[in-house]
Amino acid sequence: MSQLTNLTISQARDLLAKGELSSRQLTESHVEAMAQATQLNAFVSQLPDVALEMAEASDSRRAGGSAGPLEGIPLAIKDLFCTKGTLTMAGSHILDGFKPPYESTVSDNLWQAGAVMLGKTNMDEFAMGSSNETSYFGPVQNPWRGRGDNRALVPGGSSGGSAAAVAGRFAMAATATDTGGSIRQPAAFTGTVGSKPTYGRCSRWGVVAFASSLDQAGPITRDVRDNAIMLGAMAGYDPKDSTSANVPLPDFEAALTGDIRGLKIGVPKEYVLDGMPGEIETLWQQGIGWLRQAGAEIIDISLPHTKYALPAYYIVAPAEASSNLARYDGVRFGLRVPGGDLREMYENTRATGFGAEVRRRVLIGTYVLSAGYYDAYYLKAQKIRRLIARDFTEAYETVDAILTPSAPSAAFPFGDKADDPIAMYLNDIFTVPANLAGLPGISVPAGLSAEGLPLGLQILAPAFDEETMFRVAGVVEQAANFTAQPEQWWKVPA
Amino acid sequence: MSNLVEGATGPWEVVVGLEIHAQVTAQSKLFSGAATEFGAEPNSQVSLVDAGMPGMLPVINERAVEQAVRSGLGLNAKINTYSVFDRKNYFYADLPQGYQISQYLQPIVGEGIVSVDLEDGGSTDIGIERLHLEQDAGKLIHDQHPRKSHVDLNRSGLALMEIVSKPDIRSAAEAGAYVRKVRAILRYLGTCDGNMEQGSMRADVNVSVRRPGEDLGTRAEVKNVNSIRFMQQAIHFETTRQIDILEAGGSIVQETRKFDAQTGTTRPMRDKEEANDYRYFPDPDLLPLEFSDDFVEKIRLTLPELPDAKKRRYMDDLGLSDHDAAVLVSDRDIALFYEAVADGRDAKIAANWVQGELFAQLARAEREVADSPITAAQLGGLIDLIGDNTISGKIAKDVLEIMFETGRDAAVIVADKGLKQVTDTGAIEAEVDTVIAANPDKVAEFQGGKDKILGWFVGQIMQATKGKANPQLVNQLLRDKLKP
Amino acid sequence: MSVDKATVARIAHLARIGVRDEELEPLAAELSGILQWIEQLNEVDTAEVPPMASVHDQVLRWRGDIITDGGKQDEITANAPDGENGFFAVPKVIE
Ligand SMILES: [Mg+2]
Ligand SMILES: [Zn+2]
Repeated sequence: MSQLTNLTISQARDLLAKGELSSRQLTESHVEAMAQATQLNAFVSQLPDVALEMAEASDSRRAGGSAGPLEGIPLAIKDLFCTKGTLTMAGSHILDGFKPPYESTVSDNLWQAGAVMLGKTNMDEFAMGSSNETSYFGPVQNPWRGRGDNRALVPGGSSGGSAAAVAGRFAMAATATDTGGSIRQPAAFTGTVGSKPTYGRCSRWGVVAFASSLDQAGPITRDVRDNAIMLGAMAGYDPKDSTSANVPLPDFEAALTGDIRGLKIGVPKEYVLDGMPGEIETLWQQGIGWLRQAGAEIIDISLPHTKYALPAYYIVAPAEASSNLARYDGVRFGLRVPGGDLREMYENTRATGFGAEVRRRVLIGTYVLSAGYYDAYYLKAQKIRRLIARDFTEAYETVDAILTPSAPSAAFPFGDKADDPIAMYLNDIFTVPANLAGLPGISVPAGLSAEGLPLGLQILAPAFDEETMFRVAGVVEQAANFTAQPEQWWKVPA
Repeated sequence: MSNLVEGATGPWEVVVGLEIHAQVTAQSKLFSGAATEFGAEPNSQVSLVDAGMPGMLPVINERAVEQAVRSGLGLNAKINTYSVFDRKNYFYADLPQGYQISQYLQPIVGEGIVSVDLEDGGSTDIGIERLHLEQDAGKLIHDQHPRKSHVDLNRSGLALMEIVSKPDIRSAAEAGAYVRKVRAILRYLGTCDGNMEQGSMRADVNVSVRRPGEDLGTRAEVKNVNSIRFMQQAIHFETTRQIDILEAGGSIVQETRKFDAQTGTTRPMRDKEEANDYRYFPDPDLLPLEFSDDFVEKIRLTLPELPDAKKRRYMDDLGLSDHDAAVLVSDRDIALFYEAVADGRDAKIAANWVQGELFAQLARAEREVADSPITAAQLGGLIDLIGDNTISGKIAKDVLEIMFETGRDAAVIVADKGLKQVTDTGAIEAEVDTVIAANPDKVAEFQGGKDKILGWFVGQIMQATKGKANPQLVNQLLRDKLKP
Repeated sequence: MSVDKATVARIAHLARIGVRDEELEPLAAELSGILQWIEQLNEVDTAEVPPMASVHDQVLRWRGDIITDGGKQDEITANAPDGENGFFAVPKVIE
């Protein structure tokens, strides 16, 4: 049944509708693939029983004549989404044993649409990381390996488990979250499609918070069409989230017309970096060519404050995180490490429960908010943020979308950047500006590096114009014709 | 009246500023749909938001916004149509999120003024610095386990208004009068029930001392004082403590202190001894709070008559004395009771009965006007019986006592006990004749010019009629008959 | 801005993260590196720029004052590491 795991959602949807396939069959094949890939460590919880039960329920719903837009489709859920009664730890020891008595709005939307849950995917601790090396559950391995190279590679992060599960064909699609690039960068590293919608498009209710003003949920899928289908099911106004946008939800799939004639595509000069591998630059030029050929007008633009996005992000995100993570204190849920008094209990619990990167960011965040430093750091960063958002607003007066590389390199081996936080942070240099400005962006696999590793192109669009984003992404996808797949070296005999 | 405190080395001035935490009257919490009622089972009025569960988000209660605006208007304060919620970050076992959502730089209400009546009959204005909305914390219980404290989050997330005064208060007495006045205003507005025992009103008391005319001294903040008496004790204690330190050449440490009700003293708080750094920043889970001027004006139109306006009206239109008016407007329940009694009756007589006899009874029984066993209508009925000469004022006092004990109507008691006063001229005349005939010596004294003896005659007749004779009639008849 | 050991100890304490003495020095170096990198923001003149706390132009929405939640002591305390009789329990606090 291995061919079933190669289906896209839209293909499976047609077969299911015609009765040529049951959700049970589809789910079983993915459960099997998931079980055979344990060494990739993409899942923190595999839930075969839940999956099969949900698949059967889906088949009976369909038999009863009702089918949602994702009816019977087996998905993986990033462990940042709270799932009712199912262990949810956000990749952190500090949430030891936590079983939320509630379901996140996004995952609930998916179940309402008929989807099936295969399991919870591994991730960087509290979504803080770009290589999945910060997870309490150990790193996720990228299904891809360099040509003739047996070294294990990072899948990107923080949604590395979700990206690996989709790339490795154990899940048809996965939920993910993106605070500074955590959907788009792992998608680029794994040859998958990952989109971050406009801030406010997906509810944050029930998603373990990292940085509230930047966090957005989005899907990782095998192709652009699936991505549009998934986002349509995940998104929507939620009165339980004060930052959820009460705007109409378009039919994203319908936006995939393939027609971008006359569209103006911006190419920002500030995204050319010193020391960026030539193949990234080449890929970008290729992408520009594809869009021009499809009838778009290419316009050189300037986003002058781009270089300040990353340092501003590393003030704003840690500041919010230092506060969001204060609730992990060993009192009401999760890990408690005893101490002689309350303060010692707090300090022991948080010292043991948080890993090095989380600890580093909480300390930075605490520092930049502390008395005497707030104006110099936090307020300054909020002002820079305004300038970055303005850059985009001005650019979108002349262009409809922007094309950039997704990441400055292909996937790298474990340990390569682990000792150098800033080198690690630079992974997100192309993705972070969209988070600061709250704008939608998508990464589409567009080619292979010299070592045979996937590379992605990013399409950015104005706020709440995911339709243009998907339309352009669809054209890039078609032109790139990216069909490469990782070899399934991880498979153990069933 | 001087508020100066005499120390060993000369006079000192006490400077007090208060932060009153008033629980907003509402069905549900500031940012969650959990109930606010007092006294529920532990952790039974707690939503996932109030417990700080991962991924839970705040959504603001419209009632809390309205109530804050209403309170601001009642405190003659500036309403800010744009305000911002911030996070105040600190760790404590009663604070589930690790931060309190509060308002720091941009509160919903700005500067205002409260006019406070003082015991010497004068009044003074106390400035309001601001009023902001914030979440309450949970409650720690220390007496159930030798080595553990227990946490109940029922209060966690309740809407509070923090009302910050300017450092305009100069004595414990002024502080008491100020809190009573703010409490009265909020109760008139229906924005806080003012119940200090149940914790719906508490105060942080900032106390410093200085030489008259000098700059503000270093202050100590006494946290969470939950009665006016305790607050005054805390001010007295802090005044003495600080003067003693300064006169001995020491200096005051800026710190938070806890009041010990057992001893009436304050001491530094153990867990807050270090200087706190709250790292305020705008809460990214909430957008700025905005509303229109129209929203404010609509609320303004629904404001009740407040104590100051009411007092002016009682004095100007009803002719009450400053003292009577002040007492009657001091609490919304009292004013409403009084107005029901005075409705269609003589305002001054009604005032005398409410704040005289009725209050005496209530004080003796330690009850509030709200649970008076005599209703306003019943007290009105009693006053009517005096007005139409059914009973005398003296008898009425006895009737009121019986009403207070039994809850029965005055007319029923009067009929039952045969207390109706005698107004039959013939019957009284007969008694007058009898007394005059039996006391020729006293008659002679009166006729000799000793007017005062008339009172003795009245007394004799009232005694004979068991107090039921109409006193005016008795006087009239005696004067006629004793004329030489 | 470079931070010293004492500063790291102070912020670790504010953040209630226990840090051993021997960790202070390396942490100070690490945090100083990040802060120095962040300080390139000072190149930008932001005197006239209003800060941006949220990407939204929207106004905060209000909910009605109705009781929609509560009455679930079990759920609230189900994940608690310690507690009894419907309470959470912590080491004794002396106020
Ligand atoms: Mg205070
Ligand atoms: Zn307060």
